[in-house]
Amino acid sequence: MALTLASRRTTRRLAADAGLLVVAAAFVLPLAWVVLSSLDPHADLRVKAPDGLTLDNFDAILTPEITFTPLLNSLILCGSATLLTVVCAALAAYPLSRFRSRFNRPFLLTILFATSLPITAIMVPVYALFVRVDLIDTMHGTIFFFAASQLPFAIWLTKNFMDGVPKELEEAAWTDGASSLQSLIRIVLPLMGPGVAVVTVFSFVMMWGNFFVPFMLLLTPDQMPASVSINDFFGNRGMVAYGQLAAFSIVYSTPVILLYVLIARRLGGGFALGGAVKG
Amino acid sequence: MTTTAPHTDLGKTPGPTAPRRPRRGPGALVRALPLTPAVVLLLLFLAGPIAYCVSIAFTDLQLTGQAEDSFVGFENFTRAFGDEAFLNAVWLTLVFTVLSSLIGQNTLGLALAALMRRASKPVRTLTGGIVVTAWVLPEVVAGFLLYAFFRREGTLNAILDWLHLPSQNWLFTLPILAVSFANVWRGTAFSMLVYSAALNEIPQEITEAAEVDGAGGRRRMWHITLPMIRRSIATNLMLNTLQTLSVFGLIWVMTRGGPGGKSQTLPLFMYEQAFQNSLIGYGTAVALLLLLVGSLFSLVYLRLLRTEV
Repeated sequence: MALTLASRRTTRRLAADAGLLVVAAAFVLPLAWVVLSSLDPHADLRVKAPDGLTLDNFDAILTPEITFTPLLNSLILCGSATLLTVVCAALAAYPLSRFRSRFNRPFLLTILFATSLPITAIMVPVYALFVRVDLIDTMHGTIFFFAASQLPFAIWLTKNFMDGVPKELEEAAWTDGASSLQSLIRIVLPLMGPGVAVVTVFSFVMMWGNFFVPFMLLLTPDQMPASVSINDFFGNRGMVAYGQLAAFSIVYSTPVILLYVLIARRLGGGFALGGAVKG
Repeated sequence: MTTTAPHTDLGKTPGPTAPRRPRRGPGALVRALPLTPAVVLLLLFLAGPIAYCVSIAFTDLQLTGQAEDSFVGFENFTRAFGDEAFLNAVWLTLVFTVLSSLIGQNTLGLALAALMRRASKPVRTLTGGIVVTAWVLPEVVAGFLLYAFFRREGTLNAILDWLHLPSQNWLFTLPILAVSFANVWRGTAFSMLVYSAALNEIPQEITEAAEVDGAGGRRRMWHITLPMIRRSIATNLMLNTLQTLSVFGLIWVMTRGGPGGKSQTLPLFMYEQAFQNSLIGYGTAVALLLLLVGSLFSLVYLRLLRTEV
């Protein structure tokens, strides 16, 4: 009995391995294309062994106009908006987590409701509104909107992480005369470091990859972040240089992949962010 | 860590009869002060646009050279339901959501999570890494990769040629299928992560007991695993659907909604009406409908979480 169970397990493991490898093979093809094409002097649209390895594609795109300005724009846009989101979320989460009030529950339900609203749907009215109040095509307007759109989820996550920090430590600080703000900054936030990291990285990654918001709210080419400027490879430059497009995709994607790896490592278990997302 | 959020209480309120006074410290108003920046930001940039959305959905606001817009009542909505392009977009959104979210991401994610429990560690890590990478990539990059994959000269046709199967121009003949597959490629990781976490919470003894009793794999899945993770399934379906409803960049990059509107889901239709046809009022009415559908799903999602608390 034990033996048959064991051998059945081995067969099953092999079957599972085979199944997973088939899916992995299908999923890896587009990724393989982007890596191989970026190194290929004659890249086209299909996965193939490169005709010799070259860094020319990277050389060609690493100019201020094509890469550095858009990436800097992305950094300013997403960095500022993330900072704003995290600060507002930490401040807002504190009373929600620490004090009992009859407004907490309705407030949190509203926040949770807002986390799942399709932001895409309100972009047309946001555009019209921004035209009316003269925020269209401004970095700060876009930053404010980015922060607001990410805020419900950030508050929700931060509040849940903050609930995990025991209240007793703070109460000691209160009796020593520390204000709420002091105990938030000195005691609570340091204790929930990984939580703050998750919220920060998650907000940043979401904004870094977001195409629709800057596409709608920014008009001047000089202000465009990488998520929008990448489309220029198709439009204005005539023949599409697929090798360069692939190289740009890699340069643009690397920061978020690194951030993901960083955060996944730090929280132990590679899938921590997925778990956080579920909340 | 995964299901922490749904289980945490939503700020339990003390019963109305027993308003617990704070023992020490500042008054309620001062304590609520840190909420201000967040609330202001949310009111101005989230609630504001939504209210504005409701108000201009009933006007004939246009993008260009219009002195003033006027109230037209439900005209935008009656127009939408008589507009074949709108009905086409609704249908395609439905197809896109069912194919890529309900069937694709959800089922594939569950299958991957289930297989990962039995597979050897290197295979598990490798597959997990690849699938998650597809998810972490920026939306537009994912769009380009899948565009290259499905193009006439692309990888998919190269493989079909090699297998001596008929190849075709996928983005032209079956664009909605291509973008649905693209969405599966991009979004399956989320379901996989949710289900991996859910399956980990099933006590080992239960599955082992069933196995010793001679229940086969399929029966164990159907009678034990699925009922035990049904809440995760509901949550996952809801979040997947909401995410899929608002996909814009992926489709925009791959097909621009074309050819001839054959992959034009509601977000793309809304964009086209508002900006290519300059009908902001009409586009907003469509946006409002999308927002309503999203809110409905959102409310159901809240109910689901609440029963879990």
